[in-house]
Amino acid sequence: MNIFTETFAWLADPSHWSGPGGIPVRLLEHLQYSGLVLLIAAAIAVPVGLYIGHTGRGRVVAVAVAGALRALPTLGLLVLFALVAGSGLMPPVWALVILTVPPLLAGTYAGISSVDASVVDAARAMGMKELQVLFGVEVPNGLLVMFGGIRTAVLQVIATVSVVAYLPLGGLGRYLFDGLVLQDFPRMLAGSLLIAALAIVVDLVLAAVQRLVVSPGLSARSKGGRKAATDLSAAAPAAAAVQGGTA
Amino acid sequence: MEWFLANSPMVFERAGQHLVLALVPMILGLLISIPLAQFSRRHSALRQLVATVSSLLYTIPSLALFIILPPLLGTRILDPLNVIVALTIYAVALLVRAAMDAFDSVDDDLRQAAVAMGYKPAARFLQIDLPLSLPVMFAGLRVVSVSNISLVSVAALLGVGNLGMLFTDGLQRNFVTEVVVGIIAILLLALVMDALLVILERVLTPWTRAGSIGTGAKAQSGAEFLADAKVHAGAGS
Repeated sequence: MNIFTETFAWLADPSHWSGPGGIPVRLLEHLQYSGLVLLIAAAIAVPVGLYIGHTGRGRVVAVAVAGALRALPTLGLLVLFALVAGSGLMPPVWALVILTVPPLLAGTYAGISSVDASVVDAARAMGMKELQVLFGVEVPNGLLVMFGGIRTAVLQVIATVSVVAYLPLGGLGRYLFDGLVLQDFPRMLAGSLLIAALAIVVDLVLAAVQRLVVSPGLSARSKGGRKAATDLSAAAPAAAAVQGGTA
Repeated sequence: MEWFLANSPMVFERAGQHLVLALVPMILGLLISIPLAQFSRRHSALRQLVATVSSLLYTIPSLALFIILPPLLGTRILDPLNVIVALTIYAVALLVRAAMDAFDSVDDDLRQAAVAMGYKPAARFLQIDLPLSLPVMFAGLRVVSVSNISLVSVAALLGVGNLGMLFTDGLQRNFVTEVVVGIIAILLLALVMDALLVILERVLTPWTRAGSIGTGAKAQSGAEFLADAKVHAGAGS
């Protein structure tokens, strides 16, 4: 296992932890790209998802658009944007936004429409205004499913930002492509391990946030209601699948 | 179009490689997942473990996994085997949970009726559990199909031959047409595979069409958006 000792030597080398190409800088770049993409995508997907989930209007269009986008190859879209719109940070960011909107949108409207219709009716009957129904009842109750979509989207962005280094931009993916060109395998392996670790850590952080934010009654109910849900072959696998993350 | 006509043998060859790299892991994943799911779903501790490990594996970005695998498998970085193993891991991670849900979706009364009619365990599994779990299983398979076809192209970054080569080559030569042809080819491949899976499901589950009229449109639309959400869970870079 020579390659692994070399890789850990590479990771332990203090010179790889400082300077403009150091691991902290690349990590920060990676997080900045991911954050930027997620902010723009959320600004588009969340309001639209809330609207579709609340009113039920435009669901067919959203499903059709999301369906067409889901088969789109990430790498192809990134390269296409880079070629057509030129170099720089923004073309790949827009390509990534296009890929991130569908899971966020699907997660948001699936969350809202997963809320029991009788709960929503009860809220209206109590005299709540539409916005109160949305933010006071539907969002808190749909949060568990919505978090599934959020986590999927975040993991997808972190994974895809590693590809952006090919264009070439920064981020942790730099180590993979620099290592490939230089035939420096320990560097590639170290970069890959860093990316995998980043994805896992971010997902764990989101899982912790989810535990804090989502009402405990909701997760307890989803466990108790698991049997009933699987009979409909709907809710439980969906929650599992939405949380499935991404490659 | 002219470029495509002039280079169509190359594109078809790449599409063939692409299809093999996407399909073999899907079939391997299915063959591994079914026994694994059937075994672990009856033991709650094991079930929890399988669910945790599969979601952890699914978190690892594909590009990173393509590079982590060679030293573990003893392969070279260009070896297509890395891609097949990596995508099989993702397929198992997704399908084992889909398969557990699929087996859960079979009504327990039907199982007991089968036992009462004298079915042996193996026959009951093959003739009752497996066919009745197909609708949920196919939802998982369709996710794997789309996500595999999209993921294979990432392997082109490391030099493994497939349609993704049209992207890397197009970028190097600054040639948009090639990239567009690549995108269309991959979309078509994903679409055709999805259609084939839908047809296969219909052929294998003739009873679902007869029974679904009574349950109404609400349940149907629910299943639709959930399937949609599932696909998004799978479609990564």
